[in-house]
Amino acid sequence: MSSPRTVRHRLAADAGLLIVAAAFVLPLAWVVLSALDAHANLQVKIPDGVTLDNFDAVLTPDITFTPLLNSLLLCGGATLLTVASAALAAYPLSRYRSRFNNPFLATVLFATCLPITAIMVPVYALFVQVDLIDTMQGTIFFFAASQLPFAIWLMKNFMDGVPKELEEAAWTDGASSFQSLIRIVLPLMGPGISVVTVFSFVMMWGNFFVPFMLLLTPEQMPASVSINDFFGNRGTVVYGQLAAFSIIYSTPVILLYVLVARRFGGGFALGGAVKG
Amino acid sequence: MKVGRGGARRPLTRALPLAPSLVLLLLFLAGPIAYCAYIAFTDLQLTGQAHSSFVGFDNFTAAFKDDAFLNAVWLTLVFTVLSSLIGQNTLGLALAALMQRASKTVRTVTGAVVICAWVLPEVVAGFLLYAFFRREGTLNAILDWLHLPTQNWLFTLPILAVSFANVWRGTAFSMLVYSAALGEIPKEITEAAEMDGAGGWRRMWHITLPMIRRSIGTNLMLNTLQTLSVFGLIWVMTRGGPGNRSQTLPLFMYEQAFQKSMIGYGTAVALLLLVVGSLFSLVYMRLLRSEA
Repeated sequence: MSSPRTVRHRLAADAGLLIVAAAFVLPLAWVVLSALDAHANLQVKIPDGVTLDNFDAVLTPDITFTPLLNSLLLCGGATLLTVASAALAAYPLSRYRSRFNNPFLATVLFATCLPITAIMVPVYALFVQVDLIDTMQGTIFFFAASQLPFAIWLMKNFMDGVPKELEEAAWTDGASSFQSLIRIVLPLMGPGISVVTVFSFVMMWGNFFVPFMLLLTPEQMPASVSINDFFGNRGTVVYGQLAAFSIIYSTPVILLYVLVARRFGGGFALGGAVKG
Repeated sequence: MKVGRGGARRPLTRALPLAPSLVLLLLFLAGPIAYCAYIAFTDLQLTGQAHSSFVGFDNFTAAFKDDAFLNAVWLTLVFTVLSSLIGQNTLGLALAALMQRASKTVRTVTGAVVICAWVLPEVVAGFLLYAFFRREGTLNAILDWLHLPTQNWLFTLPILAVSFANVWRGTAFSMLVYSAALGEIPKEITEAAEMDGAGGWRRMWHITLPMIRRSIGTNLMLNTLQTLSVFGLIWVMTRGGPGNRSQTLPLFMYEQAFQKSMIGYGTAVALLLLVVGSLFSLVYMRLLRSEA
């Protein structure tokens, strides 16, 4: 079937990809192998004997459970807030014509791209003034606001895909807009909502700078910040434990990504970003 | 929210669902940005100061006379050009192009590995690359095994090391964008070019690249914006050091505002970063509009 030339091309492409993959896999191999190695150091090496001691050592309330719970509280709360607000906001933007829609959407798109890192210093200063510094709720609000522009943008695009006729039928039956949003539109855009939810959650779960700036007490720190403790205060770094913790902390977002990517194809979140 | 002249016909209640988002955006995003624009012109400090006073453009003129600031601007430029414009973009395109021809297994495996690096939390990625580049790390072990000279990468070439780290972490995005773009090119066009005897490189240069130029534009914009705001990755790997040899603008801003307690000065730097980001953002919107 395939000509010798196509086969040659395929082999060359395979070789090229495998070289890149090998380069990319080295750091990943380190974390997996070190987590299972009682004598882990900074090099990729096969452990003398596979052990789960590193996981045992980090699975304590102090090191793992409290930070992960904090992460869950922060990111879960902020994701809920983001998705609920974005779904509500997308409705009038998608359903009614108004001359405010386009400017609003343009502003939202503009804000999507702003480097949030840049405003963390003023946010800190502002939070000190209004007494929101070192509070979970303040951090949740800021997280939600920072993720909202992109969430509104995506949500509106998904909502545009739900045909209006179905709603009109419900309106003739006397349903209010709110009822039709909850009962008809949102259920029909389930995939879109899961994409927005997972994307928001993954972004926040991995974010380091926001909680690093806005939270101060160690008991409130999420995993993205507490992971630093392996370096600073404990003297010598136990690399095996650091690796084990990294794996535990990363697993939820990888699973979520795989779950959503399976259903909607890779790069699920790109639809709204690179297409207008 | 005001609905304008059509207010009677379009009742206010229609805009009501926008309220939660508007409140959040105004209080927690527009508010800080406005506050940023204000304190950048003051001498606000972190501690031991009752009031701050308005100092006009002093922070900005001070910045442009400050060697450490100019160093941060230069390093940000190097970091962005190396890791985003050249690294992520070119490697992402190369991977996407190769994937079109590769066998399915290799494609899946490579894709999974590259995407995994992308999905990992920022700090974890930082640690993995820290371990990779350290003197006792994997890279030197490999170089040693190949009988090539080793060195303490994070000390001798810190900005190069963090740039590579950013390529490792960010290439997946370009790869996905370009895979989608290449997938949309009709097969007939490439086949026709092949019949006319155009080789791989010429097809890439004369046909493929012009056809995906819009994706290239948006991808470059998004990569650049993303790279401009990288903090955690560099913080974990080098803390901006040694000295300030990998201190990009976000890290410089943090150091001025918190380690040196000069919030006003740090915010002036933040404002500059925000302005640069806004410019890129506007170009990105233009690109999107021309695409639509």
